[in-house]
Amino acid sequence: MTLDLPIYMDNASTTRTDPRVLEAMLPFFLDTYGNPSSRNHSFGWAAEDGVDNARRQVADLIGAGPKEIIWTSGATEANNLAIKGAARMYAKAPAGQTGRGHIITAIHEHKAVIDPCKRLEREGFDVTWLEPGADGLITADMVAGAMRDDTILVSIMWANNEIGTINEVPEIGALCHERKAIFHTDGTQWVGKMPTDVEADNIDLLSFSGHKLYGPNGVGALYVRRRRPRVRLEAMLDGGGHERGMRSGTLNVPGIVGMGMACEIAGREMEAEGERLLKLRQHMERSLVDAIDVVQVNGHPDKRLPNLTNISFGFVEGESLMMGVKDIACSSGSACTSASLEPSYVLKALGVGDDLAHSSLRMSFGRWTTAEEVDYAIENIINAVNHLRSMSPLYDLHNEGIDISTIQWQSH
Amino acid sequence: MAYSEKVVEHYQNPRNVGSFGASNEVKERNDIGVGIVGAPECGDVMQLQIKVDDDGMIEDAKFKCFGCGSAIASSSLATEWIKGRSVDDALKIKNTAIVEELSLPPVKIHCSVLAEDSIRSAIADYKKKNGVADHDHDHDHDHDHDHDHDH
Repeated sequence: MTLDLPIYMDNASTTRTDPRVLEAMLPFFLDTYGNPSSRNHSFGWAAEDGVDNARRQVADLIGAGPKEIIWTSGATEANNLAIKGAARMYAKAPAGQTGRGHIITAIHEHKAVIDPCKRLEREGFDVTWLEPGADGLITADMVAGAMRDDTILVSIMWANNEIGTINEVPEIGALCHERKAIFHTDGTQWVGKMPTDVEADNIDLLSFSGHKLYGPNGVGALYVRRRRPRVRLEAMLDGGGHERGMRSGTLNVPGIVGMGMACEIAGREMEAEGERLLKLRQHMERSLVDAIDVVQVNGHPDKRLPNLTNISFGFVEGESLMMGVKDIACSSGSACTSASLEPSYVLKALGVGDDLAHSSLRMSFGRWTTAEEVDYAIENIINAVNHLRSMSPLYDLHNEGIDISTIQWQSH
Repeated sequence: MAYSEKVVEHYQNPRNVGSFGASNEVKERNDIGVGIVGAPECGDVMQLQIKVDDDGMIEDAKFKCFGCGSAIASSSLATEWIKGRSVDDALKIKNTAIVEELSLPPVKIHCSVLAEDSIRSAIADYKKKNGVADHDHDHDHDHDHDHDHDH
């Protein structure tokens, strides 16, 4: 059997839309294209039915009630609404003053969490930035150590998008409830891949996105707890008062219907899919670690997503490695294709050295990833690393027993 | 990022990869000049070794490179260009010529700068070993530093 190249191994960035999802969406473009806010004709009613059904499908996946789902344009908007909306609603002092309240988050969160928290810092909130250990894990103990009497909000992602480490979300949630702080978690990489129950997991606000779970782009959801406690948010978008006043704007009906279907499918299939992808991930990691020296799998050894692996290869440079694996669509820990030479801030937060951070690959498998593709990728990576190491002055130094970190490099 | 065909070709078939021996042996040899420029944390390190005959001609050159495809291609190309030239002639190679030959985009100009620096550095090492005054000492670096690369 021949493989179709390139191979897609970047499912943590976005996923292919499942054909069953697309099929569910199409009538909402062509036939039932009404605005669900139109309450006086059948086009509006049909669209509203579609949205209601999707709301149920999404709520079912996470153990929530349909009224607790707020549609957004994606996880970035959901994170912004959750963090800024909660902080401003529960602020202890009016805008323009300091001492408005304390927020806890972590330095290796997604930018869609970091940047809203930075904005709140400028607006007079105090933010504690937790730092993980080498495994990337944020524990309930770390959060407990940062808790203050004026802590109003804790935002800790469920699973990290670059390394897949799974944080102690249920435990952090329990702590927040005990301390009467609102708990938000960015579930973008988690929901649809792993079982989610907002009750058992003690979550107040949960962000996730359609296109990470084989749904369409441009649609996401924010779960907003309605009971024990009832969470209130200050809206960011004002207008027609859609979504219980929390998010005005005409609903993206085909997108919402697609996300609903994607969640329904995920609920049925994620367990088997997760087991299958975990085996592929373990096979890849084992094969690469066996074949290559000075290689490191980043993130937590066990508490990690089944579908994602982030591996650093010593003494090769990230961009040339990407060039060597050009038939594998994956992402690099090196940002040197952009103007800045900064390696991934997530890997840096874990204490991964700049050299290893530059030479890391993140491969994320998905619904259509096959064992043949994984084997091809393994072989391709081994060949590329060997090719680059045959050229690498750093690998020579290493083999001569010289620690390259002790060398005085002459930067120019 | 799309690489030029020439960059891809050098990446796949680099010329003159290697060294003239282990680093401590090479250090003792007066006919060899070694230049190592860049730093791992900046994402590129180039090592250029030149073997110079009694008439001051570069008879052979070897490179090793830790860096992106453009850095590999720049150093590979540099070895091709300096072989058969006198050391003083090789000093005339400018990074802009490398940029042009490999069609490097602006963000990759630093790779060509590094290649030029590795040539200068290897020749300086050779001259120092052989007690030759280094006329290039004032480093008239007129090469194109116009890039957003902040070492």
